[in-house]
Amino acid sequence: MALLEVKELHKRFGGLRAVTDVSFGVEKGQIKAVIGPNGAGKTTLFNMISGTFPATSGSVRFQGKELQGKKPYQVAALGMARTYQNIKMFSGMTALENVMVGCHVQSSAGFLSSMFRMPWTWKEERDIRKRSMELLTLLEIEEYADVDAESLAFGQQRAVELARALAMEPTLLLLDEPAAGLNIYETAEVGRLITKIRDLGITVLLVEHDMSLVMDISDDIVVLCFGEKIAEGLPAAIQQDPEVIKIYLGED
Amino acid sequence: MKRLLPILPLLVCVIGVQLACSATDTNYYLTQLTMSAYYSLLIIGLCVLMGYAGQISIGHAGFFAIGGYISAALTTRSLVPYKENAIVKFLDLSGLLLSGQTLYGEELLVVSPGFACGVAILTAAIIAVIIGIPVLKLKGHYLAMATLGFGIIIYRVVLAAEYFGEADGISEVPAFPLFAGLSVSGNFGERVANYYIAWGVLIIGLILLLNLIDSRVGRGLRGIHGSEEAADAMGVNTARFKLQTFVLSAVFAAIAGVLLTHYNGGIGPSEAGVMKSVRYVAIVAVGGMAHLWGALLMSIVLNFLSLRGVFGSYDDAVFGLILIIIMLFAPNGILSIGFRHRLAQIFTRKSKQTDGEA
Repeated sequence: MALLEVKELHKRFGGLRAVTDVSFGVEKGQIKAVIGPNGAGKTTLFNMISGTFPATSGSVRFQGKELQGKKPYQVAALGMARTYQNIKMFSGMTALENVMVGCHVQSSAGFLSSMFRMPWTWKEERDIRKRSMELLTLLEIEEYADVDAESLAFGQQRAVELARALAMEPTLLLLDEPAAGLNIYETAEVGRLITKIRDLGITVLLVEHDMSLVMDISDDIVVLCFGEKIAEGLPAAIQQDPEVIKIYLGED
Repeated sequence: MKRLLPILPLLVCVIGVQLACSATDTNYYLTQLTMSAYYSLLIIGLCVLMGYAGQISIGHAGFFAIGGYISAALTTRSLVPYKENAIVKFLDLSGLLLSGQTLYGEELLVVSPGFACGVAILTAAIIAVIIGIPVLKLKGHYLAMATLGFGIIIYRVVLAAEYFGEADGISEVPAFPLFAGLSVSGNFGERVANYYIAWGVLIIGLILLLNLIDSRVGRGLRGIHGSEEAADAMGVNTARFKLQTFVLSAVFAAIAGVLLTHYNGGIGPSEAGVMKSVRYVAIVAVGGMAHLWGALLMSIVLNFLSLRGVFGSYDDAVFGLILIIIMLFAPNGILSIGFRHRLAQIFTRKSKQTDGEA
């Protein structure tokens, strides 16, 4: 059974059919990419998977559990992390603190135990700090730990966002256009980081525009166009697919 | 521990001010400083709600009034006519009531201050939960309007209810004995002791909130403020965190209300007024929303000046004006880097101009 199973997913916004009858699966340990032109419904698909809004119909099963009807924080607790196309840093917090928020689901201190600094929270707090620092090191941005996250360069913010998602110790990581707004060097860099993350044993599902990145790193690709799935397969096969070429290069 | 270090200079200041006042025979200042400390307890609670959880409330005078009025009513309203009531009997047997005789030899039976305080705080917390669940789904202006509505309801209720003394409020509220012979009361002889009680309570409250902010929960709250959507996706149960913070700040307000009422020996409807809530919001804003120390400092200064009558009859007008000025020129508070930068710019520009003239 696949780690994530999307089945006959539909989303309508009023009269607009944003996603129509999309089904695919993500196998454990792979990097799977969802590609398609602007307005193909990629981000809508992501938002339905992560619980930001419900689907009109259809089902999303993660590790055998139905996700439809669950709130984002509940989906997060099940082991799914995500990043955003337009980076959502926590403003007014340092890079390290941003990553520390990511440790939320893996820790448990509540209001009263935090206010009274119960002894058992001390170790948890130390572990959170240590683990967050390790993640910043893994993503090669440890030198910016105490810098206000919003003041970092775009590429560095991307890395902080990745570290923050990894702090959740997810089974599945959803990346919404991780190369958006990056130059070719930074894009290659992000590609390298994503492979590094996959090698940690984390399954990755990404939505992407940048074909070079997708073809380089993905194991499997789904192509969406106007909300419908038009192809699915290995990168090499997708590159040869006449339908896909038609969308991306136009008809002659 | 770094976050608690500034507590030390604060303690030194508190003791220093008391010694200076006693030495110069100006102990009357301590009365306003005691009252300012209690108001500040509400302010720091509201600061966590507004600055860290990012939720505005223009109804916190309501929670202050719930605390103060319930404690005042329970400790002054005679239960003698209900002596045979099963609940009253049970409370009496449990030692939660005070019985005896008044100065005029009448029979006296009222709720003991400790128990009344407990009831008052619990009531405020429960009302905060009931109000908070629907209201905290709102954002921005809508949340502001809804909490404003709550504040107005509490104001009209205390003004209309005979039990709460209508326009006269409740007076002759007894002292609140704490421990070791200390009690919260306005007796002149206990002025210095009460100054330390108030500041002790405030500093304990401050330490608890500083701890909270620098913890898993505090980071979650600041995350909600930074990006609610992302915090949600990180596994932060945003609705629950907001509600818990709302209740926490309501409890701080209620404790402040209870203690100040016993200190003043009474409470009137103006404490529940909308202008009070606006004043609290203004003080938190001046202090810089997400800045506990700034809010505390501004609260002490502004409350002290207001209580000393420096603003005269224009008291409320001054706070309204402060709110406008802060929103226009220093939306992050007057201690924020942005504002200091701006001030510095103004001064350097001026000095440049004078250079040019010279």
